[in-house]
Amino acid sequence: MAMTAPLLEVSHLRVEFPTRHGTLLALDDISFAIAPGEILGVVGESGAGKSLTGAAIIGLLDPPGRIAAGEIRLAGRRIDNLPYEQLRRIRGREIGAVFQDPLTSLNPLYTVGRQLVETITTHLDLTARQARARAIELLASTGIPAPEARVDHFPHQFSGGMRQRVVIALALAANPKLIVADEPTTALDVSIQAQIIALLKKVCREQGAAVMLVTHDMGVIAETCDRVAVMYAGRIAEIGPVADVIHRPAHPYTVGLMGSIPAMDEDRERLLQIDGAMPRLTAIPPGCAFNPRCPRVVERCRAERPELAQVGATSAACWRPVTVEAQR
Amino acid sequence: MSAPLVEVRDLAKVFDVSPPWLNRVVERKPRAFVHAVDGVSFEIQRGKTLALVGESGCGKSTVARLLLGLYGATRGAVRFDGEDIAQTLAGAKALKLRRRMQMIFQDPYASLNPRWKVLDIVAEPLHEHGLVKNDVEAKQRVGELLSSVGLNPADAAKFPHQFSGGQRQRISIARALATQPEFLVCDEPTSALDVSVQAQVLNIMKDLQRERGLTYLFISHNLAVVRHVADQVGVMYLGRLVEVADKAELFARPRHPYTRMLLDAIPDIHMTGRARTPVQGEVPNPLQPPSGCSFHPRCPLANARCKAERPALLEIQGVRVACHAVEEGRAG
Repeated sequence: MAMTAPLLEVSHLRVEFPTRHGTLLALDDISFAIAPGEILGVVGESGAGKSLTGAAIIGLLDPPGRIAAGEIRLAGRRIDNLPYEQLRRIRGREIGAVFQDPLTSLNPLYTVGRQLVETITTHLDLTARQARARAIELLASTGIPAPEARVDHFPHQFSGGMRQRVVIALALAANPKLIVADEPTTALDVSIQAQIIALLKKVCREQGAAVMLVTHDMGVIAETCDRVAVMYAGRIAEIGPVADVIHRPAHPYTVGLMGSIPAMDEDRERLLQIDGAMPRLTAIPPGCAFNPRCPRVVERCRAERPELAQVGATSAACWRPVTVEAQR
Repeated sequence: MSAPLVEVRDLAKVFDVSPPWLNRVVERKPRAFVHAVDGVSFEIQRGKTLALVGESGCGKSTVARLLLGLYGATRGAVRFDGEDIAQTLAGAKALKLRRRMQMIFQDPYASLNPRWKVLDIVAEPLHEHGLVKNDVEAKQRVGELLSSVGLNPADAAKFPHQFSGGQRQRISIARALATQPEFLVCDEPTSALDVSVQAQVLNIMKDLQRERGLTYLFISHNLAVVRHVADQVGVMYLGRLVEVADKAELFARPRHPYTRMLLDAIPDIHMTGRARTPVQGEVPNPLQPPSGCSFHPRCPLANARCKAERPALLEIQGVRVACHAVEEGRAG
């Protein structure tokens, strides 16, 4: 893929949680890049480390979690080792965040206008009056009807879908270059979910912002993203263009994941199932983390850890990837 | 065709959500009622699966609870194998009826007692219904039940926290199967699970249905899952059924505008990069449902009649639809 200057570059990121029972390795050797204007999807099952990757990028790892190795660069500048104050200025100004639950990411005691104005005046050099005008403009651009009146309402006066629009408006307040959206549609109904996805795509196109979209919903990924990274047990199992990962997956885990999703356009008596469950962080097997559940496992998988390598159009971390020939 | 196992006629449930008495008097607030389920009728044939779909707050979980008698109905009746459940549950045969219908809940983290061992959890219905004579027999039955859902009989000695979400949901299924029921009400049984685990649970549920001839009421908001498990599908909107049809028919030729909207709204993994026109608007406040057809504010086909007159669920071309536009042939 021809990417001259990636906006976000994560290389060999490793996140650890020191606990009483030893150090848990939550993210292990995560590397990826997002180009300006690109939407990268990050999928995986609960506990795969997808939200943690987002949290590490925006510098909001919950203690005792810490970045133990690797680096994160935003537009060429290293941001993972910045002092708190500097990172705080980048967060909001250059990186916007959208979280899963719109009710907990808004302050219930302030009107949405006040929260927007606060964000805008923190990051942009605008007067209170100009900031309010911008707040109304942002609400309008995220599709909230009657923004002049709504700007003075409290979060509880909005429905779930409208609240998520407010959160997106907040994330966009300072025209960030990167938006990290962590399960932005999971708490919403399907009809509202479609509206929010369309909105995210629209703002990304209009502002040229790059988006890292974390979700467990492959349908959302398929429809929204340019590329997708599949995570398993704190590692990237496969990464590549979205159509290739979905239709021609190389990693056996991705194959199983795709097969386990009930499809809308075909009838199958049984779904493909991956037996077992993802290992806990305390008991990640040696070699490839997927080896106990993998149908293609060989001796090497149990001993040696595979690195991401090009297989067809995607990159997979697998000693015995499923090649296109084998799928035919 | 034999008589349906479950027959629901004009079922309704109204919840009183009025402010407290003092607020009503001092602030002159009116009483408020939510018509959570408002005149729902359907039947489920023996050995088949009816799925109810709809967005949050459409009343699908309330229907599930009404069917099992966990709520008393405000109006209407549920007949199970020919008997009215409200009467039976009040009478001497209540326990016998309860044995024949069981429920699987959505959240396997909340529906299992964390202080009980799996043995006690699964054996509770056995003891309750007097299906085993002693603990040895109970232990053996629990072992069989656990094997039937793909768990190890030795797991009986463990506590729920030692299991993953998918395994816990299997424990719930084992518990529901303990009394050898004919009818299982499954309220979003897989929505708390990851997709690969969801596939395991759905496969087990289908296998059990085939082996034991179980009848399911399957409640879900996920149309792809519904398409996989159901024989018949009922679509609910604001407490009413708007369309009931065979699965193949509903997915191939959705009649009601709301069904079409729902089908159009699902992101599908095979539609990479598809541009959709998302439907505008949201589900209205159930405290003040719109007049006439409750879908009319969001409906592209709405006209004056839709605003004034509530459509009845009519049989049109072999499916049951509640829509004036479909009835008049305006739906195209």
